[in-house]
This record gives sequence, structure tokens and C-alpha cells, in this order.
Amino acid sequence: MGQQIVNGLFLGSIYALFALGYTLVFGVLDILNLAHQAVFMICAYAALVLVVHLHMPIFAALPVAVLAGGLLGMVVDRIAFRPLRGRSDSNIAGLISSIALATILEAAVLQFFGPDVERFPFGTVPTRSIQIGGAVVSELQIVIIAIAVAMLLGLTWLLRRTRLGRRIRAVAESPKAARVLGVDVDRIISASFFVSSALGAAAGVLFGLAFNNVAPDMGRSVELKGLAVIVLGGMGSMPGAALAGVALGLLEVFTVAWIGSSYRDAVAFGVLFLVLVLRPRGLLGPAALREA
Amino acid sequence: MFASVRSLAATAVALLALPTLSAAETVKIGAAFSLTGNAAAYGAQQKAGVQAAIDDVNKSGKLKGITLELVLEDDATSKEQGIAVFQRFINRDKVSAIIGPTLSTTATAADPLAQQARTPVVPVSNTAPKGITDIGDYVWRVSLTEAQVIPSALKVAQAKIGFKNAAILYGNDDAFTKGGFDVMKASLEAAGIPIVDIQTFATKDRDFNAQLTALKAKNPDFLMVSALVEQAAAIVSQARQLGWNVPIMGGNGFNSPKLMANAGPAAEGVMVGTAWNKASADPVNQAFIAGQKARGNDPDQFCAQAYTGVLVIADAIAQAGMKGGREDIKAGFAKVKDLPTPLGKFSFLPSRDGNHAAAVQVVKNGKFEILQ
Repeated sequence: MGQQIVNGLFLGSIYALFALGYTLVFGVLDILNLAHQAVFMICAYAALVLVVHLHMPIFAALPVAVLAGGLLGMVVDRIAFRPLRGRSDSNIAGLISSIALATILEAAVLQFFGPDVERFPFGTVPTRSIQIGGAVVSELQIVIIAIAVAMLLGLTWLLRRTRLGRRIRAVAESPKAARVLGVDVDRIISASFFVSSALGAAAGVLFGLAFNNVAPDMGRSVELKGLAVIVLGGMGSMPGAALAGVALGLLEVFTVAWIGSSYRDAVAFGVLFLVLVLRPRGLLGPAALREA
Repeated sequence: MFASVRSLAATAVALLALPTLSAAETVKIGAAFSLTGNAAAYGAQQKAGVQAAIDDVNKSGKLKGITLELVLEDDATSKEQGIAVFQRFINRDKVSAIIGPTLSTTATAADPLAQQARTPVVPVSNTAPKGITDIGDYVWRVSLTEAQVIPSALKVAQAKIGFKNAAILYGNDDAFTKGGFDVMKASLEAAGIPIVDIQTFATKDRDFNAQLTALKAKNPDFLMVSALVEQAAAIVSQARQLGWNVPIMGGNGFNSPKLMANAGPAAEGVMVGTAWNKASADPVNQAFIAGQKARGNDPDQFCAQAYTGVLVIADAIAQAGMKGGREDIKAGFAKVKDLPTPLGKFSFLPSRDGNHAAAVQVVKNGKFEILQ
């Protein structure tokens, strides 16, 4: 029981990490960036290359990979979204062009690294674990849960308390009005992509470390769960995404423990469906739908 | 040069030993192995195995005047080349029997030609459970399928550890891992070992903590895992990380050095079934290993199976009354019984699949060793 709660919290933190960046762009700016999982994957590879080939310690490689992820996010925006902005169908066109970009990035990684799973060398992260009331928790798991919480708080602070956050929220409210008020909308969106992709990059590196498994398809394995988490948590709500991530993790773990592992995804997505029917705005979503 | 001198000498010795028999008859054996391409690592071992076996049989004088002649060709790990080699063996070299090809996929393409031409084929490394001996009654397989290795390995492990119950963890969305699970479940049931819990995962999963924790809660004595090697390493690592030291036996997916490379120290003690008991003290096996060492080769399972393939053909010739024609050899296979080979006492099942005891390998200091 205690061990399953630890398992669920850990898995949920991974989902939450992935979803925080995802929801920033999707929920706040109403743009579904399906290349998010590609950034997630590429940055895990970036950290791997830094650790394996440049022999950097992981605590130095992580910030470098996060910075690279942020810059890659700006490139994604510039290539896949900005050229289409202003078109009446820009949302769906952007969605499709981001799928295309994700496919290109994945194919490039596949070409360069091959389909085999790559691993961080032994000893990259501490492998010690501690006992908490009969449950075994590894130090890495504690660090990952702590980073997820720190990112949630940092992102909430950024949106609520900073100048950039105010501008992002202004653009989210109405790009036209923001532009009239002198906000450089393209720059704000680009900055949002930077923050979002940097978060995705951190999630990718930590995911790769957590399971010691870096592969071209690693993003695909969390993409759908990440999407479920932002819908479940409520569009654009950071605490909602974190809460929903942990809820989904616990739900999956306890489905395995009590019902059976074959029903894991059926129960998880069944609950998602129920929440959408009974509470369409998600767990912590804004009270009313925001219509332009 | 040396080989031909040696085989000439062997023939001469055989003739001297049995002067009453008529002049030497030569029986050609075709061997198609992957000497190049992806499976070349296996092919090199198989080549060493058949060459040694042909020499040993000829030297032993077991076939009383019949000399085996090896025609070795490269199937290049490809179906097309496999077919071309088989055609050459059947029509030009007029071999009496064919050993190989290395991979099951090549076999499914090439073996039907031999079946059509009524030429016996002896697969020595094809382990696909279906579609090999199904090709026809001229295909007699030496290599064990996974369905044969697992029950046998399970018995060895139980005799060693003495577990009272077991649990299974398997991937339920992949034909290979699902097939392995079916065999594991049937083997445990046949052995009368209660299965306390079964958990599943999907191919893309990376987190197995929930399943492992649930299994651990049931406290089984033994855990069987059917997974591909990438998942195998993650499952083993995560189980040990959870502080669960249950004995683990894997399916064929575990049968790779990648398991140790990826799981590191967590792989220690993990067991996998294998067709060849390298550590067997049986004199036939010891002589085989000594012969390979003398040739500068460190033999593996593929080498032992290829060596056995030649012994089986030689025995079939003897069983047919020292006749080396295609039909004679085919008829002789049915009479091969408890033949001493490096793999142990070898017989054919009615399905024309080989039958002998399997062994269990256990990871020790990062290497597979035979569980004794």
C-alpha cells in the first residue's frame, strides 16, 4: 500500500512535469503543440550526449539541456506556428504543422542514434534508497518529485507575479487587445514557447534518468497521458495539471494493484471521460469558458 | 590443405580398420550458414561446429567405409541467397542432406525447395515454434523451440531452488512475449506449481513499479518474466530497486548479453533457459569442448547444436544400414534414439522436433554461467 502510493506519486510527478509545459502553451495560448514530446525526447538525448561523450556531471548537463530545450521551443514556434498565425484556421493548421515537425525531429534522432535504447552510464545518479514506513524510495525519485513541485511553484509565480507573466496572460485573454495595448504578441508567444519547452526538456531528462531509458519513441509514451492530464486538470491551470498528473499516476498504480494491469489504461481514460462529462472544465479549470 | 590431408588420412584409417568392406563411399552434406550479414556471429560458430563434427565422425570409423564430405556455403543472412544455396546443394552438388540455414526466416523460404526435391533438412538453430517442421516430412529439427526449453529449464530451477509457487509478469501486446507467457503458464501448471498472480505490461511501458509492487505483495517464491531484452533489464532493475530479491527466470528475450550491459549488478542471479549445458561432465560434451579449444574456438550453443546436427545425420546413416541416400537418411532419422551428443541424449519427437534436456544459465559476475 505505502509502496504503491510512492509508485503513484513518482509516476504522477513525471506526468505532471510533462504536462506543465504542455499546458502553458495549450491552455494559456490555446495552441496545441504536438512537437512538445519531440523536444522532450531530444533534450533527453542532449543530456545523454553531454554526460556520455563530454563527461559532464548530470547536475551540469541538466541546465544545459533545459536551455537547449527552450531555444528549440522558440525554433518550433518560428517554423511550425508563426508562419501560420493570423490565418482563420491557424489552430488546426499549427497543430498539423507541429505533428510534421515532431515527425521530422524524431526521424532525425532515429537516423542519428538508431532505434536502440540508450542509457546513462551507471553511477550518473545516486542509486541509494531510503525506507519510509515499509516503502522503498530512491533518492532520484525524491529529487524528481521535488523538482516537479519546484517547477509548479516557479511557473505559477512567473505567471502571477512577473511582467512576462502578465503579458502572457494578456495575450491569452485576447491577442488583439494585447497588441493594441502595445504588447509584442509574437515575442510573448515565443517566450512562452521558451518556458514551455524548457519545462518539457527538464521533464525529458528526468524521465530518461528515472527509467534509465532514452529512445526515439519515449515522447510518444507520455504524450497522450500528458494531454489527458491537462484536460483533467483544467485548461491552462498549473496547479490543476500538477494535481491531475498525480491523480492519474495514483489511479494507474492502484488499478494495477486492485483490478489488474490489463485494465490500467481503460480505467485511467474511463475516469477522464467521466470527469469530462460531470465537470467539463476539469478539476481546477476556470469557472467559465473563455470565448473570444 | 591440412584438412584434406587429414580427411584422406581419416579415410585411410577407416579403410584399414575395416578391410572387409567395399571401397569408400562418399556422402555429401550441405551446410548453409550465415557467414556474412547480420547473423554472421552465429554462422561462424556453426561453421566451426560442423567442420569438427565431420572430421570427428570420419575419424571415428562409425560409418564403416562411408566418408562424409562437407559442402559449406554462405546464406548471407538473406532469403534470396538461402534459396540459391539450397538449389545448388540439391541440383548441382547432389548432397544427401542439408544442415541450416541459420535463421528461421531464411528457413521458411529455403526449406520448401528441399522438401519438394525430397532432400532431408536439419535445422540446427531455427527456434520459431511454428512454420519450420510444418514445411514437410523431410525437415528434422535439432534446435529446441522456446516451448521445449522453458518447461525443461523450469524443472532444473525447481530442483535447485525448490519453490512452492510462482508469479508471472509478461507483455500482453507482443506476439513473442505473449507466446512465451503461454508456455510459462502451461509449464507451471503441468509441473503442479500454483500461480499466485499474473501481471501484464505494454511494450512501450518503462515503469513497472506498480506491477512489481503488486506481485511482491503476493510474496511468490519465484518470478517468471516474458519480456523483450530492453524491458527485461528495466524490470530486473526496478524489482531489485524495490528491495525485492525473488529469484527471476526470463524467457528467450533475456538470452542476450544486453541484459547484463543494461541492468548491471541487478542482473546478477537472473536465470534463463538454454539448449546447451556447457558445464555438462558428459564425455561427449567434454570431448566436443576440448576439440573446439584445440581448434582455437570458444564454443557456444550454436556451435554445439551444429555439431550435433552432423552427429544426428551420421547416426541416421548408420540406422539406415550404412546407406547415405536421401531417402535412407530420412528413414534413419526416425530411428535416432538417445544418441549421445554434446547437447545430451538426443531423440526426435513425432513432430520431427529434436528432444533433449535443457539447462539453466544464471548471471554471475556479469556473465552467463550454467546453474549446477
